[in-house]
Amino acid sequence: MALTREDVKKVALLSRLELTEDEIDTQIGPLNDLLKQFEALQQLDVTGVEPTSHSIPVVNVLREDVVKPSLTRDEVLANAPESREGCFVVPRVIAD
Amino acid sequence: MSDTAANVNAAETEYEPVVGMECHAELLTNSKMFCGCRNEFGGEPNTRCCPVCTGMPGALPVMNIQAVEHVMRTAIALNCSINPHAKFDRKNYYYPDLPKGYQISEYDIPIGVTGWLDIEVNGQPKRIHIRRVHLEEDTGKLFHVAGDESFVDLNRSGVPLMEIVTDFPPDIQSAEEGREYLTRLRSILTYIGVCDGKMEEGSLRCEPNVSVRPVGSNTFGTKTEIKNLNSFRSVYKGIEFETQRQAELLRKGERVVQETRGWNDTRQVTFSQRSKEGEEEYRYFPEPDLVPLHINEDWIERVRASMPELPDARRARFISEFALPPYDAGILTDTRAVADYFEETARLCGDAKTTSNWVMGDLAKLLNASGTEIGASPITPAALAEMIGLITDGTISGKIAKQLIEEMYATGGSPKTIVEEKGWKTIKDSGAVLAAVEKVFAANPNIITDIKVKGLVGKRGFLVGQVMRETQGKADPGEVNRLIDEKLAD
Repeated sequence: MALTREDVKKVALLSRLELTEDEIDTQIGPLNDLLKQFEALQQLDVTGVEPTSHSIPVVNVLREDVVKPSLTRDEVLANAPESREGCFVVPRVIAD
Repeated sequence: MSDTAANVNAAETEYEPVVGMECHAELLTNSKMFCGCRNEFGGEPNTRCCPVCTGMPGALPVMNIQAVEHVMRTAIALNCSINPHAKFDRKNYYYPDLPKGYQISEYDIPIGVTGWLDIEVNGQPKRIHIRRVHLEEDTGKLFHVAGDESFVDLNRSGVPLMEIVTDFPPDIQSAEEGREYLTRLRSILTYIGVCDGKMEEGSLRCEPNVSVRPVGSNTFGTKTEIKNLNSFRSVYKGIEFETQRQAELLRKGERVVQETRGWNDTRQVTFSQRSKEGEEEYRYFPEPDLVPLHINEDWIERVRASMPELPDARRARFISEFALPPYDAGILTDTRAVADYFEETARLCGDAKTTSNWVMGDLAKLLNASGTEIGASPITPAALAEMIGLITDGTISGKIAKQLIEEMYATGGSPKTIVEEKGWKTIKDSGAVLAAVEKVFAANPNIITDIKVKGLVGKRGFLVGQVMRETQGKADPGEVNRLIDEKLAD
């Protein structure tokens, strides 16, 4: 299946990318090529191959429930474009 | 619904609710889910944060074993199977309280699946099936200040969060069943020590989804999800309100919109928050930063062995072992702290029913009045047992005991010492009681006449009261009654 302009717009929105009309046109081609490569992978016969979510044979990497020092608040907020009263300040999000 | 409305709609369809429950429980751990920052409610904003829980590039999560075992405990307590191979996934969405741009969660292979929890409503037992129990991380908190800004505090970001979802088709068919399910669930979670269950602090959150259908039908209507319910009462009211609202829409020939609705506790109504259609674009994929979780039988058995007796089992044991009425056993086992307190006291004094009466009665009243948890009660189980012993061996009367428990609660003092200091011992000396009886008779000739001549026996109680007053409640009531009867017969 081939991606349409609408698909590209939707994916861009989900990724919070702002694409111009020209950029949408130039991206359709490479994106469809990418999908074709995955379609090629789907031709592989994987009968008898265990499904896996990870490529390394490691499981159960856990840590004990121990408290470690946190960063100072100044460090936490150091990269914030805007902060006040110890909080990150963001454009208003509506919750009610 | 008013009577008039009922009459007008009598010929029209009656609707019943169908309710699914999605509950989130913050897990009781020392540290967060994937990093060593402290997991604790409150605190100055952004003081429990590190590169992992603020989503700094390159920071890597490592699973907290305690959080994993808490979910295993819950799965076992809810009669779930535990997936031998679980994994974590990324749930992608953008919101300012989610610094990474994704939440680490479990999508298709949760730790616990297919269990149940038994409830009872109006004496009717009902099994509520559970679809899944999974582990994820909490988000930060947003504060909406005046103007066009919001503030973000990431202390809660990365706190281990467990989600418990009931099965489909839903078993819950009323607001009462919904509340009861949540009550039992909270009781289990606090018993096994995985969550403190504080709905008002948000450590236990419940989002029912509600749809309605004509009574007796087996179809499903369009559902809405209710958020912001922060008490058992609001869960009950929220489900009830949604049921009525949806039923009325359908009766008017309108349709229910699938959406998330917030609960306004002041106005006791739900309001539209956002339409859910087209929102489910989470693009889940396996979390590459965390390797899979393999849970073998040995591990499950070790966790199972570490678990305390569950509320249902304890309730049954209180009935069989202590011969308690089911009502008492139900109340006493509602929380583990109360059950522990009762059991310790009952074993020390050897009188379970009397212990039950004091724990559910005077002690509960004192604790409620001062807003104190039973674990922090100024009266220890040993002290209460000693007080009950004083009643049993006749040292004090039941009436004095009611004053005594208040004094013990206020001062934390030992009952024996208080009784000694206040001179509250029952008067064993018949002579002293007789003297009090004679004094009361002498002071109330009219009452005596009313009883003896006019036959107004109802006034006899007044005499008993006066004698008890004369002896500051210290006379043995049996003795008082005997002496008054003798004197009246003269």
